[in-house]
Amino acid sequence: MLGLLEFDPSIDFKLLLAVLLIPLIGYVLQIFLRDKLPRGDWILTGGMGIVALITVFLAAKAIAATTAGEEFFHASSDVGMQFGWFYSDLETPAVNVIAGILYDPLGAIMLAVVGVVSFCVHLFSQGYMRGDKRYAIFFANLSLFTFAMLGLVLSDNILFLFIFWEIMGLMSYLLIGHFGHDPSQPFFHRWATWASKKAFLTTRVGDCCLFIGIFMFWDQFQTLSFTGLWEAGRAAVEANGGEFPAWMTTAGLFVFGGTVGKSAQFPLHIWLPDAMAGPTPVSAMIHAATMVAAGVFLLGRMFPLLSPEVLTVVALTGSFTALFAATIGMTAFDLKAVLAWSTVSQLGFMVAAVGLGHVTAGMYHMVTHAFFKGCLFLAAGSVIHGCHHVQDMRLMGGLRRKLPVTYICMLVCTLAIAGFPLFSGFYSKDQILLAGWASVGDIDHFGGTALFALIALPVAAMMTAFYMLRLIFITFHGEYRGNMQEHMYSEMIASEGVEGPDPNEHGPGEHGDDSHATHEPHEDPFRKNSMTQALVILAVMAVPGVAWVVHTWVGGLISIHTLYPSGIADWIGAKVPEGIFDPDSHMAHVAHGRALYLSLFVACTGILGAFYLYVMRRDLPAKITAGLGILYTTCRRRYYIDEIATACVINPCVKLAVILKWIDEKIVDGLVLLVGRVNKLAGFLSAWFDRMFVDGAVNAVAHVSQAFGAAFRLLQTGRIQQYATFAVGGGLLTAAWLILS
Amino acid sequence: MNDHTILSWITFIPLIGMGAILFVPRNNSGVIKLIAGIATAIPFLLATQVYFGLFDKKSAELQLVQQLDWIKAVDAQYFVGVDGLSLALIWLATLLMLVAVPASFGIQKAQKSYYALLLLLEVGIVGVFVSLDYFLFYVFWEVMLLPMYFLIGIWGGPRREYAAIKFFLYTLTGSVLMLVAIIALRLDMGAIGAENPFSIPEMTLQAGAGMLTGTGLPFGGHLLGMQFTTWIFWFLFVGFAIKIPVFPFHTWLPDAHVQAPTPISVILAGILLKLGGYGLMRACFPIVPSAFNEFAYALGILGVISIVYGAFVALGQTDFKRMVAYSSVSHMGFVLLGMAALQNWGMSGAALQMFNHGTSSAVLFLIVGVIYDRAHHRDLNGFGGLAQVMRKYWALTTLGFFAALGLPGLAGFVSEAMTLMGAYNSEREGFKTLVIISVIGIVITAAFLLWTMQRVFLGNLNEKYKDFDDINFREIMCQAPFLFLCVFLGVAPWYLLDWMQPSIDKLVTTLGG
Amino acid sequence: MGLGAYVAVSAALFGLGIVTIISRRNIIYILMGIEMILNAANINFVAFNRFGLTEAGSLEGKMFAVFTIILAAAEAAVALAIVLNVFHLFDSIKPSEADLLRE
Repeated sequence: MLGLLEFDPSIDFKLLLAVLLIPLIGYVLQIFLRDKLPRGDWILTGGMGIVALITVFLAAKAIAATTAGEEFFHASSDVGMQFGWFYSDLETPAVNVIAGILYDPLGAIMLAVVGVVSFCVHLFSQGYMRGDKRYAIFFANLSLFTFAMLGLVLSDNILFLFIFWEIMGLMSYLLIGHFGHDPSQPFFHRWATWASKKAFLTTRVGDCCLFIGIFMFWDQFQTLSFTGLWEAGRAAVEANGGEFPAWMTTAGLFVFGGTVGKSAQFPLHIWLPDAMAGPTPVSAMIHAATMVAAGVFLLGRMFPLLSPEVLTVVALTGSFTALFAATIGMTAFDLKAVLAWSTVSQLGFMVAAVGLGHVTAGMYHMVTHAFFKGCLFLAAGSVIHGCHHVQDMRLMGGLRRKLPVTYICMLVCTLAIAGFPLFSGFYSKDQILLAGWASVGDIDHFGGTALFALIALPVAAMMTAFYMLRLIFITFHGEYRGNMQEHMYSEMIASEGVEGPDPNEHGPGEHGDDSHATHEPHEDPFRKNSMTQALVILAVMAVPGVAWVVHTWVGGLISIHTLYPSGIADWIGAKVPEGIFDPDSHMAHVAHGRALYLSLFVACTGILGAFYLYVMRRDLPAKITAGLGILYTTCRRRYYIDEIATACVINPCVKLAVILKWIDEKIVDGLVLLVGRVNKLAGFLSAWFDRMFVDGAVNAVAHVSQAFGAAFRLLQTGRIQQYATFAVGGGLLTAAWLILS
Repeated sequence: MNDHTILSWITFIPLIGMGAILFVPRNNSGVIKLIAGIATAIPFLLATQVYFGLFDKKSAELQLVQQLDWIKAVDAQYFVGVDGLSLALIWLATLLMLVAVPASFGIQKAQKSYYALLLLLEVGIVGVFVSLDYFLFYVFWEVMLLPMYFLIGIWGGPRREYAAIKFFLYTLTGSVLMLVAIIALRLDMGAIGAENPFSIPEMTLQAGAGMLTGTGLPFGGHLLGMQFTTWIFWFLFVGFAIKIPVFPFHTWLPDAHVQAPTPISVILAGILLKLGGYGLMRACFPIVPSAFNEFAYALGILGVISIVYGAFVALGQTDFKRMVAYSSVSHMGFVLLGMAALQNWGMSGAALQMFNHGTSSAVLFLIVGVIYDRAHHRDLNGFGGLAQVMRKYWALTTLGFFAALGLPGLAGFVSEAMTLMGAYNSEREGFKTLVIISVIGIVITAAFLLWTMQRVFLGNLNEKYKDFDDINFREIMCQAPFLFLCVFLGVAPWYLLDWMQPSIDKLVTTLGG
Repeated sequence: MGLGAYVAVSAALFGLGIVTIISRRNIIYILMGIEMILNAANINFVAFNRFGLTEAGSLEGKMFAVFTIILAAAEAAVALAIVLNVFHLFDSIKPSEADLLRE
């Protein structure tokens, strides 16, 4: 048994390669043979099932090794599995990009998460997307999306990470825009087009920052591989007397820019809530296993290279985003919007944890979050499917009896995200709060940042518990409100005082499918319903007990000491609060205790608050929102960030483009034309001179000749025979003259 | 045909084809097309053979050299050869011309002259890439100009005369400056007693030894307060920069593109622009390295202005083809930036960017051609929802657009990344800032391409266009080789870079990097 | 028969040719006139070669005659081609109508 759990480079790298290639091959098959394959979706789902099995199996090996206290770092370049990308020759690595696979604890756990969640999403999509016009393309894209994320995780160098990172951007563009080609769904048709473009461009701003960050590190270190970068970073810092050189702070900030874009941190978070314009399984994919996780994963990979100054910025951004998004989440009424804002907020938690030095807490929260958020989105998809594509929670209610499996799964995951004790989210969120306490204790390093984080994060956690339970109570409890008439709905929207159309809300008439009024919500039997099957797989991971097992295993796999090779792990100790770096220290015990009480307190407060407002006193929320007035509206309108971005970035860019176009046509080209005109004028002038004077003299000669010509011209009839006559006559005359003389 | 004449065959087979076409009656268009196809296919096959067979990719030297006396009075020679710099571009040129023939099947007007001129154009283009004698280089450079003038001026759009004359005069101005510089260099080479005074490799050698400074000329090394080499540098640079085109010499490009028929646009963007970049690498920088090093920062700035300015102006366009034309300005800015940085990756990236832009812009212009053939206009705001009726076309366009905006996994990314990383790593001052600024261009490029995608393909379908045919087989086959190259070189860039590397390294060393 | 007779025939032929060229209204006849003139010259060549001023057995005159015959053939071909084109252009083969030279 133990032999089986030994990492064997000769086989396991091939397995990892297979993990990468299966979705890619599936994609190619599906794209080119979609009409000829009997059930392409099953090939892809089955392939993803195999991927999930392999990744979990390999993760088990990693867990076995790290639990036994071994160092678990396997680079395929050690066994010769690598290739030169720019040039095929491998002898001059400094001027080449040499790519291979890096399989380490962080990669192992991430890979397993991606494999399992992606499999569940595939499974779910079979039910959810049935009947879609572009069903085959959807599955193909989903597979390639997974491929990109798997590649990103397995890359042993940052340039390849970036490549997969960008491919993922493309796939998110295509998948979010999935409905953009289907005019039968008028609302999504418009929205998906717009949202997909927004997602790609917003993340691309972050991507370009990351790109520049990569330049900076490569410029100094002449290597792109992670292990090489870590070593070079350590050497550079040691050469600088233990301080990070200033350029590393700049470079680190640029790299963090990539995370801000991809993991939807303030102020580039704006794309994520709109990304729900895509089909719900895609949302699950983006929010759980792929896109947003990539940003956090990048932080994990680059953590050793981030200077304390960068970490301060990271922690501040993360804490602020966590709090900021949570406030918006409390006001949203669209089922998916609540979940989207909760993702932004949870990502803030992860980022903040990394910033506070507790990189493993961030990574661990990413893992648990991937499972429960994947499940929540899929459950939301199941609800939306059951309610015939209604997304507004105010049109639901009382669904727990109609969608029992969905309800249970969603409840489990909600408790997990709320941080309810013994559910999976509790363990990870507890760790993040612990990071806060530990770093407050380590005041030299973290100063006010830790204090801010320690206030913002628990408040955000409390809000999370509140709005997630609010979601459950509104959606699944009370009476079913789906039969509400359209005018009542409009009045309700109007009474909110939100001006202008909000893409998050769309009334019953908007999606060309008004059948919800006549059909009751329903859920297909579990046995035949791949949607609920997928839900259950994911929800199990959050259930108490299972969560504890996962916690133990993953906790052993990714700790601050196993995440990086031993030399690096010791070196980064300086950036990590003592209470985290040394779990047996006094500070660790103190922080642990406080974090435990704090997380218990905030979770229970939030849940009880939601229960009070949405179960016991349902009349209160409306009064409170009315009382808050403009504060509520601002929050509801997402603090007008979109409007600000449009006014401050997008419109100026377009205006600038128009102005530059004008300059180009009138000034740059105008100069060219002016030169042309001046030349033309000079030409006319010299032509005039030429005609009047130079040509005049010539013409005078010509006129004389012309006069003669005119006389002789009379002889010119153009008739050959006449000419011949003249010639013969002339010849005869000449002959006569010769003879006579 | 042996190894030493194969380049001449590649260059002149289209000329033979042109001669053959002149003997075919003008209404026998089938035979004309067949001859044009054969006369472009053979050079392509030969170039492929050179690429994969005859050329030694480990060597940085000029290969397959043929050197004959030509005009003894001025010591001009017929001197041709290839190295890693020119080889890929020759191959691309022959491929583009091969594709240009079927892409032109839609043209009905005066087909005989059209295909004859097309073949003459190929002679000029390939000739520039193979010639190593400056006189020969100049002759081919001018040979190329004339067919282009007629191809735009006769087969172009409504304002074709304006565009053709603008193109001709603009490029001719550049050529004249170049000619002045060439004559000056010839005289200087004569003054230092060079054996082959027009030979570009010999000029490079002399310049590398610091000999080519004009001291032997009547006015000495200085003229009007500037050094001889500075004059030469700017004359040559402007001559080539107009072709690239670099801001502010770019305004002929959008007009020429908009008026030119689709295949001519493809050739123009695909290979003609590369002559400028190639000329700088082959026949400008190595001949006046001191001036190049002195003005590198200025070149870098021009490159970055082209990148960012080109992208912004493209964002402001409403004409599909003009937008693509400005995106060319933006993409070719990377070439200049990469070269100016004088770093191996930067230089390789620049050379690769030329090739990759050749393929991706060819795709973009073919895409515009497809829609123009159906709708007979190019107003971006006049389309919408075409993805619903033209599925295959939309899929190919998506691929082409993402190749153009430098998505990793596709070719454009490799060259952009190499260029920018090289430029960032440059030892020259100020290039780090330039790189960071130029990244704005990348974002804006993504913005205008996606916006175009949205305006043309997404949203509501215009009723007028609901009966549009999807892209047909011939149109797909025209795009297919370039799309394949975009994907293939994005995944396996070493298939070009391995061949280029020795020559690039040598060039960088020559320039003092 | 002496040289005089041949020359007389030749002169007559030449005269007929000239008259044909000048007077005929059909371009074909003009061509025939030209042929007659050429043949008049041929007769002279051959006659003078036989009786005249060259050495005995010399071939010079005969050679010239042969050249002229070949020349006449080529000339006829070119001329007929021109006639065809003239016909295309003017829809007539009257030389008086082809008077574009005047312009």
